[in-house]
Amino acid sequence: MARLYSPSHTPVLPGRFALKRLAGSLLLAGGIVASQGIMADTLKLAIMGEPASLDPQQISGTWENDVVGDLFEGLVTEAADGERIPGAAESWQISDDGKTYTFTLREDGKWSDGEPVTAEDFVYALKRIMTPENASDYAYILYPIKNAKAINSGEAEPDTLGVRAVDDHTLEITLERPTPYFLDQLSHYTAYPLPKHVVEKYGKDWTDPGKMVSNGAFELSEWQPQTRIVALKNPEFHDANEVALDEVIYYPIEERNSALKRFRAGEIDIAREFPTQQYGWLKDNLPDATHVAPYLGIYYYVLNSRDGHATADPRVREALNLSIRRNIITDKILGTGEVPAYSFVPTGVNHYDIQEMAFKDMSMDERMQKARSLMEDAGYGPDNPLELTLRYNTSEDHKKVAIAAAAMWKPLGVKVNLLNAEVAVHYEDMRQGKFDVGRAGWIGDYNDAQNFLNLLESGVPNNYGAYSNKALDDDMQKAANTLDMKDREALMQDAERKALDDYAVLPIYYYVSRNLVNPRLSGWKNNIEDTHRSRWVSFSE
Amino acid sequence: MLSYTLKRLLQAIPTLLIVITLSFFLMRVAPGGPFDGERRLPPEIEQNLRAAYHLDEPLPMQYLRYLGDLVQGDLGPSFKYKDFDVSELISQGFPASLELGMWAILAALLIGVPLGVIAAIRRNSTADYVVMSTALAGIAVPNFVIAPLLALVFGVLLGWLPAGGWNGGAWQNLLLPVVALSIQQIAYIARMMRASMIEVLGSHYIRTARAKGLSEWKVILRHALRPAMLPVVSYLGPAIAGIITGSVVIEQIFGIPGIGRYFVQGALNRDYTLVMGTVVFYGALILLLNLIVDLLYSMLDPQIRYDD
Repeated sequence: MARLYSPSHTPVLPGRFALKRLAGSLLLAGGIVASQGIMADTLKLAIMGEPASLDPQQISGTWENDVVGDLFEGLVTEAADGERIPGAAESWQISDDGKTYTFTLREDGKWSDGEPVTAEDFVYALKRIMTPENASDYAYILYPIKNAKAINSGEAEPDTLGVRAVDDHTLEITLERPTPYFLDQLSHYTAYPLPKHVVEKYGKDWTDPGKMVSNGAFELSEWQPQTRIVALKNPEFHDANEVALDEVIYYPIEERNSALKRFRAGEIDIAREFPTQQYGWLKDNLPDATHVAPYLGIYYYVLNSRDGHATADPRVREALNLSIRRNIITDKILGTGEVPAYSFVPTGVNHYDIQEMAFKDMSMDERMQKARSLMEDAGYGPDNPLELTLRYNTSEDHKKVAIAAAAMWKPLGVKVNLLNAEVAVHYEDMRQGKFDVGRAGWIGDYNDAQNFLNLLESGVPNNYGAYSNKALDDDMQKAANTLDMKDREALMQDAERKALDDYAVLPIYYYVSRNLVNPRLSGWKNNIEDTHRSRWVSFSE
Repeated sequence: MLSYTLKRLLQAIPTLLIVITLSFFLMRVAPGGPFDGERRLPPEIEQNLRAAYHLDEPLPMQYLRYLGDLVQGDLGPSFKYKDFDVSELISQGFPASLELGMWAILAALLIGVPLGVIAAIRRNSTADYVVMSTALAGIAVPNFVIAPLLALVFGVLLGWLPAGGWNGGAWQNLLLPVVALSIQQIAYIARMMRASMIEVLGSHYIRTARAKGLSEWKVILRHALRPAMLPVVSYLGPAIAGIITGSVVIEQIFGIPGIGRYFVQGALNRDYTLVMGTVVFYGALILLLNLIVDLLYSMLDPQIRYDD
């Protein structure tokens, strides 16, 4: 591949921008004349860390998604705006009871080595991810599939999984119960097909460059850990004609400030996150490159409902909720476009209108007055002040929010002990219930309210506060078996309403995604899941 | 000397074993495990993972298993970087750390030693004050301040050098990190060299050399330099071990694929095997470099001899 001019070298720094761009286009013009239009378009993408693996069944993070999602394509895939569109399947039918999905795979679906993508490749992959010995941390995403959980728990054989290759191009998946978000989940990397002929041949080493074959728009060409991953356009991809880029280079850059510097130096076209403190500067200096958009996630404080904690008292939970000035936290303390949250399910979730806490429209004075009387009712006052332990995992932003929260609770006479710890210790302590108030965040695994509300159901592992509400559990149970989307929404809204009226948690803000994108790139669209596939992106002249 | 070397190498084995044992059990005592993260895994999945990494076995069993694998040169699979074994991670990352570190040490010696000597012979002159106060500043300013500044000025504003990346260790990519890494070492070595030079210059045999009528340069180069290097050489042992095993700060700021990050990330992620691997590697390296330093001593100072 002749690389005459890599458009991504154009720096985005004001001032130098115009000069280099001019030089770039001169070079470009020369290149086109000299080589009759052959030029390589390389996208340079800063991902936020080194991938744990390139095996789609051995990852659980977001930055792996950027790479693996370019290499592979599920039955369903994401358009530039995040909409779900047919991927490896060209069509599907859902049975009337909502439990059986029959997919017709595209005839022209091929692995990058030219072998056809067959229904058997999907069956193989789905059985593999549920096999206990494969120890896949994210396998539970696909638990809606019949027998999946039993197999992964070692209680059933992998062959009993509800997937079947009817013929080479017909795949049937049977579910435990109707799951309206199942199609969404099929675009998730856990549901990607695997090249059975390659995985069986190489075993664990199948992800090595030179061995790996994939069915997405790009194929792996190079992987230097902690340095870069290079993927080349996959000529066998069914939509290869529409893929503009010839090459994508992924640079793992953990340090956000470094990513920003390298973006400014023109060494990177897209940085998948930027340092929050630089938002002001970016808005002034690189407004066209700075993308901030709502993100499917909630930042919240868990209120410990276990016996023996003051926060087990709903009055205390309400008072704590009332006195947090969310807009101060989002506007003055964070200031990166975060949105104050009065609900637990973030806005923008598919098929769902959020419920909000009743006090949202009350004035701050009224809220404080109510909070004070609630605290008094609960038996706290100047003689008997409430002491709370607030835990957060070590980070500048978490610290700022925690200090602000402590200050906002002070007028209620609440004394807060701030405790911070590294991530592993923090969540271990949360799990064991060693806290009154604890910082947590949840980014949706899939775009459905159930993925959030599930965190408040009794006995769920991520329900750190051990909140338990029979009526909410019942609503969620019913919703899980409800086919009609409107009825299902109403049930989940009712569940959220109950949790909010009970002040089960303390929502603070909805997350935003923060990307830096070279203004010369087209095809990039902000979306709520912050999923971006390189196949949609191109350099405009 | 050969038998001395062998003896020291044999002595290193129990030392390493103590280091390994301590870190193995300390790591397990630390709260939080390798699978504790933002999300709590369903119990059956945690069980599958524990089984895959033999964490479901009793601790003494795991310890013996680790030692058994280690003897065969197997450092085990990384918990976090699942496509790699720990020995692969170290052998892929170490060349970058080594290359960067050796350049930094070389720069530190070539600049630090002469600066220290000049400051010593021009004691209390303007040159001395300039060198020593610059050195003090070099020690005082941490590299997490210097490194981003260098990247900003030379990478972003001037555009002369890449702001980050490795590119196979090209000199353009090496220059800024080497500077950032060596500034502190230059400062240390210059100060150390100055102090020891002043001491040596005050000793009797230097007086004798001068009395014989040797030129001042000859006195310094032939008689004073070698003994004055001793403290620097003994500092170099651990310093080289520290520098060539990478700096997490420099690596993260410049995006260098070294092994420095594994020390920190391994511990934070509770990646037991990765932590153990880096500890074993670092421990062995320190023992080896200390041995080399001791052997160098005898070359620099005729009074030191390793006889049997």
